Amino acid sequence: MPYRIEVGLKPGLFDARGERSKKQILRAFPDLDKNIAVRCIDVYTVDGEDLEDTWIGDAFCDPVIQDIAVNTPLTREFTWYIEVGYKPGVTDNVGRSASYALHLITSRHYPVYSARAFLLLGDLSRSQAEKIAGDCLANSLIQYVRILDPQEILEVKPHISVVSLNHVPAVHEVSLDLDDQGLVKLSREKTLALNLEEMKAIASFIADPEVRRVRTQAGLGEKLTDVELECLAQTWSEHCKHKIFNAEIDYRENGRSERVSSLFKTYIQGATRDIRARAGEKDICVSVFTDNAGVIRFTDDHHLVFKVETHNSPSALDPYGGALTGIVGVNRDPFGTGIGAKLIFNTDVFCFADPAYAQDLPPKILHPVRIFEGVREGVEHGGNKSGIPTVNGCIVFDDRYLGKPLVYCGTAGIMPVEVAGVPSHKKDIRPGDLIVMSGGRIGKDGIHGATFSSEELHEESPTSAVQIGDPITQKKLTDFLLRARDLGLYRAITDNGAGGLSSSVGEMSQLSGGCLIELDKPLLKYPGLDPWEILLSEAQERMTLAVAPENIDAFLDLSVQMDVESTVIGTFTDSGYFQCTYDRKTVAYLPLDFLHGGVPRMRLSAKWEPNIEPDPRTPVPEDQNAKLEEILSRLNICSKEYVVRQYDHEVQGGSIVKPLVGQCADGPSDAAVVRPVLELSKGVVVSNGIVPRYSDIDTYHMTACALDEALRNYVCVGGDPDHWACLDNFCWCDPVRSERNPDGEHKLAQLVRANKALYDYAVAFSCPLISGKDSMKNDYIGPGIKISIPPTILVSVIGTIPEVEKAVTMDLKCAGDLVYLLGTTRKELGASEYFASYGIVGSSVPKVDAESARTRYRNLHQAICSSLISSAHDLSDGGLVVALAESAFAGGLGLEIDLNEVACEPGMNDTEILYSESQSRILVSVSPERAHEFESIFAGDARRIGRVIPEQRLIIRSQNNGKLIDRDIASLKRSWQAPLDF
Amino acid sequence: MTQIKALVITGFGTNCEMEMSHACRRAGALSDVVHISDVLNGSTRLTDYHFLNLAGGFLDGDDLGSAQVESVRLKYARIQTSGRTLFEEIRDFIDRGMIILGVCNGFQALVKTGLLPGNPMGKRRVSLSFNDSAKFEDRWVRLAVDLQSPCIFTRGLDRLFLPVRHGEGKFVCDNNGTLEEINNGHLAALKYADESYAPTMEYPANPNGAVDAIAGICDATGRIFGLMPHPEAFNHPANHPAWTRLKELPKKGEGMAIFENAVEFLKGII
Repeated sequence: MPYRIEVGLKPGLFDARGERSKKQILRAFPDLDKNIAVRCIDVYTVDGEDLEDTWIGDAFCDPVIQDIAVNTPLTREFTWYIEVGYKPGVTDNVGRSASYALHLITSRHYPVYSARAFLLLGDLSRSQAEKIAGDCLANSLIQYVRILDPQEILEVKPHISVVSLNHVPAVHEVSLDLDDQGLVKLSREKTLALNLEEMKAIASFIADPEVRRVRTQAGLGEKLTDVELECLAQTWSEHCKHKIFNAEIDYRENGRSERVSSLFKTYIQGATRDIRARAGEKDICVSVFTDNAGVIRFTDDHHLVFKVETHNSPSALDPYGGALTGIVGVNRDPFGTGIGAKLIFNTDVFCFADPAYAQDLPPKILHPVRIFEGVREGVEHGGNKSGIPTVNGCIVFDDRYLGKPLVYCGTAGIMPVEVAGVPSHKKDIRPGDLIVMSGGRIGKDGIHGATFSSEELHEESPTSAVQIGDPITQKKLTDFLLRARDLGLYRAITDNGAGGLSSSVGEMSQLSGGCLIELDKPLLKYPGLDPWEILLSEAQERMTLAVAPENIDAFLDLSVQMDVESTVIGTFTDSGYFQCTYDRKTVAYLPLDFLHGGVPRMRLSAKWEPNIEPDPRTPVPEDQNAKLEEILSRLNICSKEYVVRQYDHEVQGGSIVKPLVGQCADGPSDAAVVRPVLELSKGVVVSNGIVPRYSDIDTYHMTACALDEALRNYVCVGGDPDHWACLDNFCWCDPVRSERNPDGEHKLAQLVRANKALYDYAVAFSCPLISGKDSMKNDYIGPGIKISIPPTILVSVIGTIPEVEKAVTMDLKCAGDLVYLLGTTRKELGASEYFASYGIVGSSVPKVDAESARTRYRNLHQAICSSLISSAHDLSDGGLVVALAESAFAGGLGLEIDLNEVACEPGMNDTEILYSESQSRILVSVSPERAHEFESIFAGDARRIGRVIPEQRLIIRSQNNGKLIDRDIASLKRSWQAPLDF
Repeated sequence: MTQIKALVITGFGTNCEMEMSHACRRAGALSDVVHISDVLNGSTRLTDYHFLNLAGGFLDGDDLGSAQVESVRLKYARIQTSGRTLFEEIRDFIDRGMIILGVCNGFQALVKTGLLPGNPMGKRRVSLSFNDSAKFEDRWVRLAVDLQSPCIFTRGLDRLFLPVRHGEGKFVCDNNGTLEEINNGHLAALKYADESYAPTMEYPANPNGAVDAIAGICDATGRIFGLMPHPEAFNHPANHPAWTRLKELPKKGEGMAIFENAVEFLKGII
């Protein structure tokens, strides 16, 4: 008889989790009686017998603060008992830990299923309770809900979420002898996400008599097996092969046309190639575009590794699990680069719709506030529990992210230049090396993730693509593998992400020239998986390794000792084939060159037709002070402290410039500085740039501005502009024209233009692109509605600061300091936050002058290295006045500024000077004793516009010398902090 | 002179082991970071060390409550070579006069195993519950030191400024008698404090609603000390959240004093 255990805080103790749930419920249902009470308890179901009471108590209960009840309700003092637990097959981390605890006590295996119960007390109907459960407490995709009244709970039965597939695994052959319509239908039905041309390429491959002859010899039939077809679909997916970035594109603009052969090779790889050639010996790149993450030099003894990914589609369906999987997933990229890097920080950038969104939601779309909270919590658990500091990030709001939120997660790592005499950034696999899978087990979770994310979100999107990460299993895995790495126990490592084993082994097998996977070897979470599912499952926390036969015993012994499951699942070969067996029979036999090179190249066309309204006359507010407070309260500008505080930003002990800085540690930092090697003074700098609003005018300038924003954030804290590199992360709306997507040519033109800018500006700034990612189908299609995200690029910059003690923060430091503005202000308010506050887009998008910007950034770095600067803050969303206000209230000091002194285009009015978003501008404060030396560095590029004053006021004089703005900085700070203080 | 040897235990979710070990070394000790499985298989023995560090992190994900599973591990898991439990090994370590520092998750492990307050040893009398905010929070706090505390780690200190980074740090006692015993014995070496360094119940200066603003306690000997704030995270002067506002950067991080006191104490007894 299973045990049903309830654990709750003792009466009289403050139930913080219950209170927080109540707050969430009342936010979602403002009309509810405010006097309802919510109590939160934990429920465990233990499947087994013969447990002693003391064992149950020791495992589940903290007797100082908790009461426990076994097979009886803890209490019946509630109106409704709402139990929320996981559906069968969904990762249950708490259940896994509970099972482990019982194993420690008894040495026996007891499956445990965890749930949480919310005890609602108040005047509520059952249907209200159901609504609360559905809208607030549970996600029906992955969780079950039970709602009971105090009578019904007496009869409650244990809830066991066991997967019972009752399925005998089998391999099926699939006929591709179909007409075009049949091929397309097959692709759609099996979530293969292959287009007609690709399906035809596979059909003609299998129709080839020579192929059939070889297959017969291998013991296979004349049709493809489902294992082979699914493997091809994963390997050829947009997610894995980046087909759009490698397509032949006809690009037309103003009657001119040009042919682009691979955006990736031409612009992204091309920029890095050209930069490296010019840098010569000063080249900082070590490994670019060839591995899971980019690698650059740090010191003579260490390399830095960096990667940013997105996890948008899963986060739309299950924000918590999607984001958690996103962060622990991207951790495995630097960890799976070369022979593995130790992880040193995370960065996160989210794009959401307005959390206060008040219109009706289309089917399958969760309310933005649930997305916001779920993603926030998923990244919190993923980052904090992994012991990796979250040091930088931002949140962008636009209601076009309603259909798909963007969840960018990035991770950097550090690796010794050599490990046991071997260069750490390379992988070396030899025929005969064993294929080993370490970490979690395989289940049905995440099947078709790669192909699913290569489609738009629609009502029938597969829910099996949703999964929940397990940071502790992964932490144990990384602890083990770093030790195995340093002992030289393996030769190569890569992660299992999209496409599962089919991708990880498929990619690694290119290094030896083939592989043989025995699909009955990997450990499964439960029986009944078909071989193709084992090959494709994206179950988390798994790494694939190449282990030399002579090291396998030592490797497996260490794995057992450190409580990590590792299994030999096959051998790397030089057969030229990707071969899988099941029950000793061959079930897949694909030539590597067809698997990796057989995908037909896409041919796409792009047409650029700028659709822009000229700028209207700039609206001038009647009350400039009130307008400033309104702008500071805009979602894209306001404080994100609520989120930042919940992320550990200083674990590992190397935090130097934190995300929150200033007198009260609540000012918005421009970039982060960390010291990954605690014995050294040299630090790592990381920053981000993202400005999707500018895409409404031109993605060329949007991209240039995103790169410039990341670079100027980087230099503001002291980053070295001669030792930097960047990652590009494209999130686009479908750029392939079709019946369902009539404006595909325009979106592709936007993509081409973004790439052109990336090349132009990366080269101009000499900032190599070292890795990147693209996510191309960020659309939602529902009944009569299509929502596409604005084309969005995140640029993430990583680099170094020679001495962290020289780093600079954005808060004003000292009354009497002189205030300078670096750079020129132009009438560039197109797609600005100011225009957006009036519902205007306009056309005057900011443009970047890379040459002058680069000189400015180098001068700033020189000034920072000479300790001439008190504070530096970049000008971005909201322009000059927002930067002034932030620097002032973060420093607890006032400012007196004269707009006559601002270097600007002729004819600009005061409002335009305040709110223009011209790029490459930096606000700097300098002590008067250092002013002369400072000015001499900048040769006229630094204009003194005012000074820091002890009075707590922001005072700005207009061009005709009147007081344009005069506001208490405490009041400005309140406006800035209020919106997202949940 | 005998070299002071510090042991930092890691594994299964601990994640502050590197900076903890760094702080031990900077304070003058030799320091080893050892996976708990190396202790359980007998290849690392506590008898070879003087200073045991239980670092911060999320042992076993804190899935059943912070350090709950760790308390089960210490009580039940047996060392392969000796057949003894880790709890028994630690008790011997304490009986030999050695010292233990538990930070955050390590503090949670010490109280849940009943090593703190340690009277009687092994009985859980206090705990660390969910923050009143129900949120994990990373923020720096002021700490007032009880000058009369027997705690050997806070000797010579009257105040500290350190980061807290936890979701379950609210100190609570099983009854008022325990709280009285702690206060009367000056075991609460650290209390969350306001700007004038007086103990406070005001959020966020008291970040979690801890009873009597208690941030850290020691046992009656002063040799076992657990605290929620992270001294190892202030190992460098530029860890301070507002260090760029200081006219002159101090020589070292304030958290180093805890580790230096530990080493000083051991030098006196070994």
